[in-house]
Formats: sequence, C-alpha cells, structure tokens
Amino acid sequence: MGRYVARRLLQMIPVFLGSTLLVFLMMYALPGDPVRALAGEQAVDQAQIAQVKKDLGLDLPIWQQYWNYLSGLFQGDFGTQIATQRPVADVIADAFPITVRLALFAFAFTVIVGISMGVFAGLKADTLRDRGLLVLTLLLISVPSFVLGFLAQYFFAHELGWVEPNVSAVAASQELILPAVVLGSLSLAYVARLTRTSVAENLRSDYMRTAVAKGLPKRRIIGVHLMRNSMIPVVTFLGTDIGTLMGGAVVTEGIFNVQGVGYNVFQALKSREGSTVVGIVTLIVVVYLVSSLIVDLLYAVLDPRIRYA
Amino acid sequence: MTIIDKTADVPAPRGSTENSGPLLDVRDLHVEFKTRDGVVKAVNGVNYSVSAGETLAVLGESGSGKSVTAQAIMGILDMPPGRIPQGEILFRGEDMLTMGYEERRKIRGQKIAMIFQDALSSLNPVLTVGYQLAEMFRVHQGLSKKDAKAKAIELMDRVRIPAAKERVNDYPHQFSGGMRQRIMIAMALALEPDLIIADEPTTALDVTVQAQVMDLLAELQREYNMGLILITHDLGVVADVADKIAVMYAGRIVETAPVHELYKRPAHPYTRGLLDSIPRLDQKGQELYAIKGLPPNLLKIPTGCAFNPRCPKAQDICRTDVPPLLSVTERDGGELPGRHSACHFWKEQIHG
Repeated sequence: MGRYVARRLLQMIPVFLGSTLLVFLMMYALPGDPVRALAGEQAVDQAQIAQVKKDLGLDLPIWQQYWNYLSGLFQGDFGTQIATQRPVADVIADAFPITVRLALFAFAFTVIVGISMGVFAGLKADTLRDRGLLVLTLLLISVPSFVLGFLAQYFFAHELGWVEPNVSAVAASQELILPAVVLGSLSLAYVARLTRTSVAENLRSDYMRTAVAKGLPKRRIIGVHLMRNSMIPVVTFLGTDIGTLMGGAVVTEGIFNVQGVGYNVFQALKSREGSTVVGIVTLIVVVYLVSSLIVDLLYAVLDPRIRYA
Repeated sequence: MTIIDKTADVPAPRGSTENSGPLLDVRDLHVEFKTRDGVVKAVNGVNYSVSAGETLAVLGESGSGKSVTAQAIMGILDMPPGRIPQGEILFRGEDMLTMGYEERRKIRGQKIAMIFQDALSSLNPVLTVGYQLAEMFRVHQGLSKKDAKAKAIELMDRVRIPAAKERVNDYPHQFSGGMRQRIMIAMALALEPDLIIADEPTTALDVTVQAQVMDLLAELQREYNMGLILITHDLGVVADVADKIAVMYAGRIVETAPVHELYKRPAHPYTRGLLDSIPRLDQKGQELYAIKGLPPNLLKIPTGCAFNPRCPKAQDICRTDVPPLLSVTERDGGELPGRHSACHFWKEQIHG
C-alpha cells in the first residue's frame, strides 16, 4: 500500500514535466504576441517591442524560455502577467479558492441528488419513475451547459429575481449556489444513471437474496448490503469528476461571471499570457492526479477484492 | 419388508407442545412467472411435509421446480414476475402466505434458514464473513457488535473452520469453496432454526469436499433436531442422509417414498430412469443409460402426464389424462406408508 502510493507520487513527476512542456509549446505555437497586444490598435515602434521582449526574455530560444520558466517554478515563482504586472501566483491564489468552493458545491449537489435519484429509480427499475429519471437525465446530458446556464440565469435571476445574474468578485457562498447547480447538472445525470444501473443490477444478485433469507429488515438490506456494492462504480466516476470540477468550468464561470480558474484561463488565453496559462493548467493537472490517486485508494477500501502492492 | 424410519428414534421435536403436526406443510402450491413469451408454470400443485428431525430430499432435474418451491417457502421469490396463485405453506400450522411482511421476516433466518448453492456469489463480497455471521445475532437478538462477533467465531469453530479467530475478519473470496460453504451453513445454523432448506449445497464443490459438507450438515441436523429439506439432483448424496424422497418433474411431485424403498422399487418410470442413469461399477464398459429427450418447456407443458413424451412405457391414456398422485400398495393391497406415485401404470412399474 505504502509502496503503491510512493510509486504513484513518483509517477506524477514526469506527468508534471510533460504537461508543462506541452502547454508551453502550445502557447508558443499560437498566433499572436502578448507584447504587441499591449498596444492594442495603436502603431508601435518595432524597436520598443523588441526591447520589452528582451526584458521579458521572450527573445530567447523556446527551450531556454522553458528552462527559465521551470527553474523559476521550482523557486516558487510562477512568473508575472505581462499586461497587469501581477504575479501569476497571486492570480491563482485569488481564483483557486473560488473554484474550489464552486466545485465543492457542485460536487455535493451531484452526490446527494444524483445518488438519491439513482437509488430511487434503481430500486424500481423499468417502472414509470425509472423511465422518468432516464428521460430527465437524457435531457440534462444532451442540453449544452451554456444553454442550461443561460436558461437558469434568465429564469431565476431575471424572471423570478431570486438571485443576482452575476456573481460578485468576492463570490459569497450563496451567490455560488446557482452556478454550482448548473455546473453539477451534467455529472448529476451521469451519477444518477450509473447508480440506477448499479443498484438495479445488484438487486438481482445472489447475496441480496441471501440477505432477505437471513430475515434482515429492508432498511438494512438496502443500506448495508446493496449500497456498499452499488457505490463502487459510482465512486470511481465521482473521483474523476471532482478533478474535472476543480479544473474550473470555462463556460459556467463565464456565464455567471465567477472569477475562478476557468475564467482566468480563458482571459489569459485571449491575451496570450503564456505563464498564466501554463501555471494554472499545471495546477489543474496536479489536482487531477491527486484526486485520482485518492479515488484509487478509496476503491480498495470499498472493494476488499482489490489489493495494491 | 420393514420400513426404515429414522424419525421414530429421534428426540421429541422442540416446541412440540404447541403443535403436534409436521413442522412444515406445503399444500397444493402453485407458482407461475409472467414472462414476455407467456406464463411459465414452474410449480403446479406441490404437496410435501417435513417434521422436526426429519430429512426430506427433493429430487429433480434443472427446471423441475424444486428450487422455486424452496424459494416460495422462504419468501424470496421475485414477485413480480413471480406469482403464487394457489396453495398454502403452513409452518407450525400457520399459513405463511397470508402473513404480513414483518411477521414473515421474523421467521426467516430465525425459524427457517436457507443454504444456497453457490456460496461465493451468495455471500456479500464486500463484507467480512464475521460481519455477515454476526449480523444474524445483531438483528434478531439485538446483541452488541462485540458479543455478536464472539458468537460468530464460535459458529465458525462449530462448522470446523480452522483458525476461526484469525479468519473472522477475512472476506469470502479469501476462503476455499468448501470453507465458504461451511460459512453458509454456519449462517443458516446461527439462530438454531427449526427448519433448514439446503438448495443443492454441494453442487459447486468437488467430490471429496461434498462428502465432508454433507456429513457436517447431517451431524448438525441430528444435534439440533432440525427439519431439513435437501434439494438436489445427486442421487448419491440423497441415499446417505435423507429419510424420505420426493421426486419432482415439471413442477409436480411424481413420486414420494422412504429413501431405501425408492432405490429398491421405484413406482414411476421417471424415477426408474434416474436410477438407471447412475454409473455402476458392475456395468463397466457398457453404455450408460440416459432418459431420452429434454425436460419439458414450462410454457407449454405436455397434456396428460408431463413425462409422456420421454416415457418408454407411455400409452394413449398418458397423453390425455393427468395421473393423480395416488398411494402405492403392495400386490396384495398391503399398505406402503409414505409411498405415492403419479403414474397411471404404477402397478406395472413397481411389481412388474
């Protein structure tokens, strides 16, 4: 177990280096120039641009730029945004907590509502309520999140006036509820379907018959014998899902003006802020790796047939 | 000829003061399943009874309705699609089919317990065997976690699982097939029920382990003076442990008899066929007898005697009239207790 964890952590190093390099190269390959973009539509002196580039080290060969970036990173320097002169570390420190809160709300919504819906339908598979759930989840899966986001914004903010259409810069918790519901609704649909199938399948298994034959109360049969087994595939999905949620949601954060990770990545991409994009994406990759490690370990807790060596 | 009846010399059944009749009495039980293709009539009027300390073997091919009958007794049929349109299942004189869910639940596990065929899939894979055994005491007797665990270890010792104390926290997949089946037996025995239904308890095991498991079951049954319904298609297993046999075919009982009587003089051509298809040492090198044809489709049970398309002695009457389960007598009319046959020509079969 300990060796397994150590191996997984060591594996993160090449993944980390590879992903930073890949994103770095992609930023380099993109057309556009962050220094030229500073001037907007105005005419600028080419010599001046060259000077700024030289100051920022952007005139060096790509491999040297990458080396400079990496060595900075290991000293805790994420670089500086060119346009705002803000350190990238500050940008991340501002955006990440907002995204974490948004992700946790969305995750809680997904888990609580999704699993309850799945169990509710799975216990009575192929009945009206089961069919109803399948239709509803199909709808959630097929409607793109920007449609759902705008619909929710229009309905709850403009028509009913329950919430403000835009989330303020501080992003208070109650402001994040609606974006979280919109963000979580896709995973909710998947979780509900996965739970439903898993519950319906395990319901027919031999050990469930044994549990009934033992004379256990219904609550115990479902709560202990059915749920433990049915949750195994769902937990796997939820683990990758929380990684994705933590990575920020460009569309949802954009619609509701949530100034989280996704929003900042999008802004940085538009202005070709290489170090910001690489910094945030690398962070997302690490979060994703850690969360999938936690899921794999949790998997062994839920299913004793799985052993790590 | 004398009839060997082991029930005579066993101690009086527990709780016999409240009821002198049999422990379990199944009367005219019918079970059917609604499927896309029509109604499958799995059980069509089964009657049998078991007393305390007695072992009834229910014999039959796959699809003969023996397991479905057991599941109906246990109340673990999937309903729907299953349905019990007719019949009674009396436990100590009370019809379990008319009881409420709670009342029935309290009988399950505590008064009637069941041992399943495949212990690996019948035990919950994600819970330790200790937990699954202790659960019986915690739920039915309200014991604390610790006391229940101690009882679980005791039970595992009882069914002779080596190093029970160390193995109590192991999971089912960590045990061998024979040990798993012992755990199933321990779980059924936990609350010392009055009746145990064992549904092909040794089918999934290899032959040497089969004998051990059957011996253990028979020993524990004697000790606790339990009734035992042994469902099997293995005639070898039956001969050693059963007191009486009921042979099922297409959802009906076609013959009942005390165990040794049946082997000596079967009164139904189907039973004859089953006995003839046991390999015998003295017929080495000869071709083994097999009953011709296939078990009937339960969606379309043949008219008359269900066995008629496969029966070597079928006459016209077999194709039109359903033979009732009648008492079988000696040639001179002398009574043969416990013997019944559902064949129009039982006389020819037994005396011919």
